[in-house]
Amino acid sequence: MSSSIIDPSAAPVLETESNYLTHGYSLWSWLTTTDHKRIALLYAVTITAFFFMGGAAATLMRIELISPTPLIMSAETYNKLFTAHGVIMVWFFLIPSIPATLGNFLIPMMIGAKDVALPRINLLSWYVFALGGCFVIATLIAGGIDTGWTFYTPYSTRFSQTTVVCGVAGVFVTGFSSIMTGLNFIVTVHRLRAPGLTWFKLPLFVWAIYATSIILVLATPVLAMTLVLLAMQRVFGIGIFDATLGGDPLLFQHMFWFYSHPAVYIMVLPAMGVASEVITCFARKPVFGYRTMAYAIAAIAAFGFMVWGHHMFVAGQSLYASLVFSFLSYVVAIPSAIKVFNWTATLYKGSITFEAPMLYALGFVGLFLIGGLTGLYLASLGMDADLSRTYFVVAHFHYIMVGGSVMAYFAGIHFWWPKITGRMYSESWARLGAIVIFVGFNLTFFPQFILGIEGMPRRYFEYAPQFQFLNVLSSAGASILAAGYVLPLVYLTWSALHGARATDNPWGAKGLEWQTRSPPPVENFDVPPRIPQRPYDYDPDAEEKAGR
Amino acid sequence: MSASAEAATRRANDSDSEVGLWVFLASEVMFFGLLFYGYTIMRLSHPQAFAQASAHTDVLLGSINCCLLFTSSLTMALAARGLRIGACRASLRLLAATWVLGFLFLAVKCYEYHEDIDHHLVPWGRFAFHGSLAAGERLFFFLYFVMTGAHAMHLIVGLGIIAVMLVGVARGKYTEDNCEAVELAALYWALVDTVWIFLYPILYLVHRP
Repeated sequence: MSSSIIDPSAAPVLETESNYLTHGYSLWSWLTTTDHKRIALLYAVTITAFFFMGGAAATLMRIELISPTPLIMSAETYNKLFTAHGVIMVWFFLIPSIPATLGNFLIPMMIGAKDVALPRINLLSWYVFALGGCFVIATLIAGGIDTGWTFYTPYSTRFSQTTVVCGVAGVFVTGFSSIMTGLNFIVTVHRLRAPGLTWFKLPLFVWAIYATSIILVLATPVLAMTLVLLAMQRVFGIGIFDATLGGDPLLFQHMFWFYSHPAVYIMVLPAMGVASEVITCFARKPVFGYRTMAYAIAAIAAFGFMVWGHHMFVAGQSLYASLVFSFLSYVVAIPSAIKVFNWTATLYKGSITFEAPMLYALGFVGLFLIGGLTGLYLASLGMDADLSRTYFVVAHFHYIMVGGSVMAYFAGIHFWWPKITGRMYSESWARLGAIVIFVGFNLTFFPQFILGIEGMPRRYFEYAPQFQFLNVLSSAGASILAAGYVLPLVYLTWSALHGARATDNPWGAKGLEWQTRSPPPVENFDVPPRIPQRPYDYDPDAEEKAGR
Repeated sequence: MSASAEAATRRANDSDSEVGLWVFLASEVMFFGLLFYGYTIMRLSHPQAFAQASAHTDVLLGSINCCLLFTSSLTMALAARGLRIGACRASLRLLAATWVLGFLFLAVKCYEYHEDIDHHLVPWGRFAFHGSLAAGERLFFFLYFVMTGAHAMHLIVGLGIIAVMLVGVARGKYTEDNCEAVELAALYWALVDTVWIFLYPILYLVHRP
C-alpha cells in the first residue's frame, strides 16, 4: 500500500501544496521518518500483512473443520495453525491495530499538536515491532509452535517439541513496542494539548487511547517477565512454573492473564473510541452523556486489571477467589453497558445517514453487544464450568475481538481514509464490504455458540459427526468473511491510486483533525485549529432544516 | 523561531522527557513487581527451604554492595543538584564517584557470582543441596539469579547513561541551563537503587529472625 502512496506519478497535476505524503518519496524518507502520520502508515502496512497471514491460518483451519475426520492436514499441523492464528492476530494485529495506526495518526491532530511528544521513540517502536514480527516469521519457517497462543505450562516448557522459545521471544520483543507506543501517547496527551483544550473537551477517542496506553504500559512488562521465566524454564529446566520442582503451573496462568485480560481492553477500548467518533458524526448529534462515557472508559480500564481470574474458574484456583473474580467480571459489564446505552441514545432523534463508516460502526455496536452479553454467561461460575472449554468461548471472544475490534478498526479506516490519503473510496463498494463482513462474520461465529452449548470442545482437530452441519455452516460463513476482508483491500488500494480527491472535511465532522487539509501538511496544521466550546458540537435540528 | 521561543520549546520538550521517564519507571515497577510476586508465592510454599537457602548467600558481600549502591545514590542526587545550582566541577566529580561506586557494586557482584558457582549454588547443573528441601532451595537460587541478574542489567545500562552524562558535563554540553538529562539519569539511578533496597532483605536476610 505504501508504494502506491509514495508513487509520484499517481499524484495528479493539481497537487500544489506540499503535504506529509509528498514531503519525500524515497523509501529512505519513509524508513527514517519521525512524522507520526508516516509511522502510522508503516504500522498499517505491517499489520495488514500480519492480518492476512493470521487470516490464512484461520482459513486453513475452517477448511479442515468442514469434515469431522482429517481432511487436509494432520492434528499437529492443526495445533500449529491455531497457535499461529492466535499469536499473530492478538499481538501482531489486534493490539497494535487501532492504537498504532489510527491512534498514531490522529492523537496529535485531535489535540492540535504537531507530532507526538517523543517522535524518535515512536519510530523506534515500529522497528522493535518489526523485529518481533521477524521472530514470529522465523518461528513459522522453523515449523511453527503448537502450544496455543496462551503458552500454558507445563506443555510449553516440558512437552512441546516445537520452537517455543523463538515464538515467545517474538512476543517479548513486540511488548517493548507496545510500551513505547503507550508511553508516547500518555506523554503526548498530558503535555501537547492545544491551549484551551481541557480534558473534558477531548474527543472520546483520545480518552480511549489514553486509557489503553495506561494498560499497555502497566500490563505489558508483566507479560514480558512472565515469558522470560517461561523461556528460562524451558531452556534450563528449572523455574517457578514446574510442579515437579516445587513450582506452580497455575502461577503461570495467573501471570499470563494478568496481562492478557487487560489486553482484551487494549483491543476493545480504542474500538469504543472509534465508534464514538463515527456515530456522533453520522447521527449529527453530540455524544449522549459525554462525561459518563469518559468515566466508563476509565472504569473499564481500571476494573479490567482485576478480573483475570475468570479465565481460570476451571483451572483449580480457590473457589473464594473465583467468587470475587466472577463478581468483578459482572461489575465490568456496567461501564460496558453504559457505553452501548449511550451510543444508542446518541442515535435517538439523530439525523442519521448510513455511509460506510457508520455501517461498520453500527455493526461494531451490535456485535460487541452480543459478545458482551455472552460474556456474562461465562462470568457465572456454574455456566462457565460447562462452557469454558467449548466453542462457546471461541464464539464469545471472536464477537468481541473480531466483531468488535476489527469492525471498529474498519469503521475508523473508512472514516479517516479521506484525511489519511486525501482521496475518496467508492461508497457503494465500501457499503457492500461492510454488509458482507457483517453477514459473513455472523454466519461464521453464531453457529459456534450453538456448537459450544451442544458441547463441542474447542481446539479439537476431529469432532463428533453430529456437529458437522454447524461446522459446515461456520466454514461457509468464513469464506464469505474472507471475501469481505479482501474487498476493502482491493477498493481501498484502488482509491489510494485513483480515487477522487477528498475535501478537507467530507463528512462535516467536528474534530480538530478535520480543520486541516486532506492529506495534512507535515506539521499537521497550517494555522492553529479553533478549539470548540464542547466536543461533538453537532446540531441535528440545523442539519434537518438545511435539508442535508 | 526566535531564540526565546526556541528555548521555551526546548524546556517544554525536556518536561516531556520527564513525564515519559516517570511512565517508564511505572512500567519498570510492574516488570520487577512480577518477580517479587513470583518470589512471594514461592516463599509462601517453601518457607523453610527459602530460609535455609538464604543462609548460603554471602551476607557480607551483599551488605558491602548496599553501602556502595546507597552511597552512589547520594552522590548521584548531589551531582544532579550540583549541576542545577551551577557547580559544574563538583557535579562532574560526583558523577565520576557514582560511576565508580556503581562499577564497584558490579565487581563485587561478579565476585559473588563466582563464589556462588564455586559453591554449586547455581540451580541448573550440579546443585549443592540434596535434602528434602532441595526443590525449594533450587527455586530460591533460581529467583536469586534471575532477580539479581535483572537488577545488574539495569545497573549496567545505568553505568552507560552515567558515562554519557560524564562526557556531556565535561564538555560543557550539560550545564545549569540544560541539566534535565542529568536529573533524569538520577531518577533512573534511583530506580536501580530502590530495587536493590527490596532485593537485599528478601535474598540475604531471610534466615535472620
